[in-house]
Amino acid sequence: MTEERARVALPRPGRARLRLGAEVLGPLVLVGIVALVGAQLSAADKTDAINVLVTTVIVVGLYVFIGNSGVISFGQISFVAVGAFAAAIWTTPVATRDATMPDLFGFLATPRLTSTESLLVGAGLGALFALAVGLALMRLSGLSAGIATFAVLEITYNVLANWDKIGPGPTTLADVPATTGITQALVGCAIAIVVAFAYQQTRSCRLLRASRADPLAARGIGVSIFRHRLVAFVISGAICGFAGALYAHELGSISVTQVYLALTFSTLSMLVVGGSQSLWGASVGGVLLGVLFSFLSNAVNGTTVLGFSFTLPNGLNTIIFAILFVGALMLAPRGLTRSREFLAVALGERPPRARPPGTIAGRSPGAEVPLGAEPEPSEGTPTSGAGESAHTGPPR
Amino acid sequence: MTVVGYLVNAISLGALYALIAVSVGLVFAVLRQINLAQGEVMAFGAYSLWLMRSLPIWLAIVLCFAICIAGSLVLQVAVFRPLRGASALATLIVTFGVSYGLEALWLVVFGPNGKPVSMLIRLNNTVIGGAIALRWITIVDIGAAALLLGGLYALLFRSSLGLRMRAVAEDFSTARIVGVRIERVVTVAFVLCGASAAVVAVLETVQTPLVTTTLGLSLIVVALVGVVLGGLDHLGRATAGGFIVGFVNSLLGSILPEQQLVFVTSLTFLFVVIVLVVRPAGLLAPRGVGVERV
Repeated sequence: MTEERARVALPRPGRARLRLGAEVLGPLVLVGIVALVGAQLSAADKTDAINVLVTTVIVVGLYVFIGNSGVISFGQISFVAVGAFAAAIWTTPVATRDATMPDLFGFLATPRLTSTESLLVGAGLGALFALAVGLALMRLSGLSAGIATFAVLEITYNVLANWDKIGPGPTTLADVPATTGITQALVGCAIAIVVAFAYQQTRSCRLLRASRADPLAARGIGVSIFRHRLVAFVISGAICGFAGALYAHELGSISVTQVYLALTFSTLSMLVVGGSQSLWGASVGGVLLGVLFSFLSNAVNGTTVLGFSFTLPNGLNTIIFAILFVGALMLAPRGLTRSREFLAVALGERPPRARPPGTIAGRSPGAEVPLGAEPEPSEGTPTSGAGESAHTGPPR
Repeated sequence: MTVVGYLVNAISLGALYALIAVSVGLVFAVLRQINLAQGEVMAFGAYSLWLMRSLPIWLAIVLCFAICIAGSLVLQVAVFRPLRGASALATLIVTFGVSYGLEALWLVVFGPNGKPVSMLIRLNNTVIGGAIALRWITIVDIGAAALLLGGLYALLFRSSLGLRMRAVAEDFSTARIVGVRIERVVTVAFVLCGASAAVVAVLETVQTPLVTTTLGLSLIVVALVGVVLGGLDHLGRATAGGFIVGFVNSLLGSILPEQQLVFVTSLTFLFVVIVLVVRPAGLLAPRGVGVERV
């Protein structure tokens, strides 16, 4: 009798596996729907659907580092840029390269890759660049990490925009094979989601999430925060580089302003609005805000909805995104999905309490701390009359 | 131009960035929050000068001060008060979003082509011609910065209000316990930021008479670099950092040829990364010190 009860109470491995499978299906089905709907649309709208999928890959890439580590990075778009330019340069016809970029280094000027190879190269270079940056920066957190990663973005932009031995400089590189269709974008998106999900199941990622919840306690039980952050940063860099390659092949051309501040801002907004601490949140944010972004960008050039045509003033799309971004950060820092995974949302499960309050005296429950509100031990944060602000307060 | 000319120009640009840096440092000292949106207050001030181009100069400048101070106070109530107690990073991210949104707002309201502000253009005339080529605006820049920074110093160290501000910077909760009216101190800090934004708006529009949407972020990012290099935790060092960044940028701009100049941005940011990793308290901070705040 007792044995039987014990058997029922224990979680069964088969069931856990089933649950894992169901968990990753959520994001996959979501992007699948985008692709299915996109495939039915006219050519112009199909481009928008492809763009939504590629943007979602970038958001998933951001999530792998920012969501799991709780450390902000403004620099991930650098890896997108490197992937995009590597893929673009190595796939354009050699004759075009000679004509438009006569000063290229030899190793960039001659080899010609297929589009598929260039995706792998983009991912690899993204990972390598992330490794180099991460080795230097992964000890930083909080404000320093924010400023340092922003500096990385500025450096990447500055070098790409001005050094004509490694790329087209400030001009647009045209003639990139436009091979990212709906199918390629969907497969790319699915790969990114599965990689992010698989990484989430590893010991390294669980330790990293533990360090996000409470850096001191994690360090106390011997977790090397540096090492696990670096792993997440490199995987994120690989996904971002891969996304960059997809992006270049989607546009059929690439210029450095396309992978700079505007893209950083829009993808970061998508992550924050969707829910920065879950893969489901990243996917939902990427897809929903991606659709909104496409719609607004079209509306700026004039669009027709239900036979009613109108044109938005240029800039209004950015204002709407800024309002969503700031509003989400201040009012609902855990995002639309409240940073829960797909099954928890689908089955209506209540989020588990991270830790009984008051376990460590005087500190707010760490796991509930959303993006950017990581406690900084070196500085005495003022505790004002407001006490628990929108950021440090527990979610109802 | 001679070496003296270069140096004077460099001091003038350094003074301008010191004014921006001191307002970032002031908000950080009092609230431990980063105010990136300060740049957009300056842009707002500069655009307001364009709007008031038909008014008499003195009236336009007075109104520009009022507008910048009002804008700064609106930011404090709408953005910084709800974020009280959040980490410095959270405020950096939120004010980045606010700045980006405001830039787009300038684009919608004022259009992409930039607005000419030429009311004080005569300040660009030279005082001393020839080899030194000293312009009036250079003198005004340095004078305004010296006046404002000196006034701020006097306020902080020679008045009871300054004493209260320093107390809040030193220890927010204890200051409140001993009866410092926090809200008043915070309001004063933001009024000072608004005033410094107005000064920068006026001076900047003389140097570059075309106001564009990116004016705010481009100024504030460079100033923030200076603040980080100097040391965020200490108002004097933060201001000095701002000055040095402006000074060095101006000098390099006059010495280096165009081709190498473009990579100065990269070098500056690389330097920032190195400082953040190696000397997080700032280059100017003595080793092991970083406690005193204002």
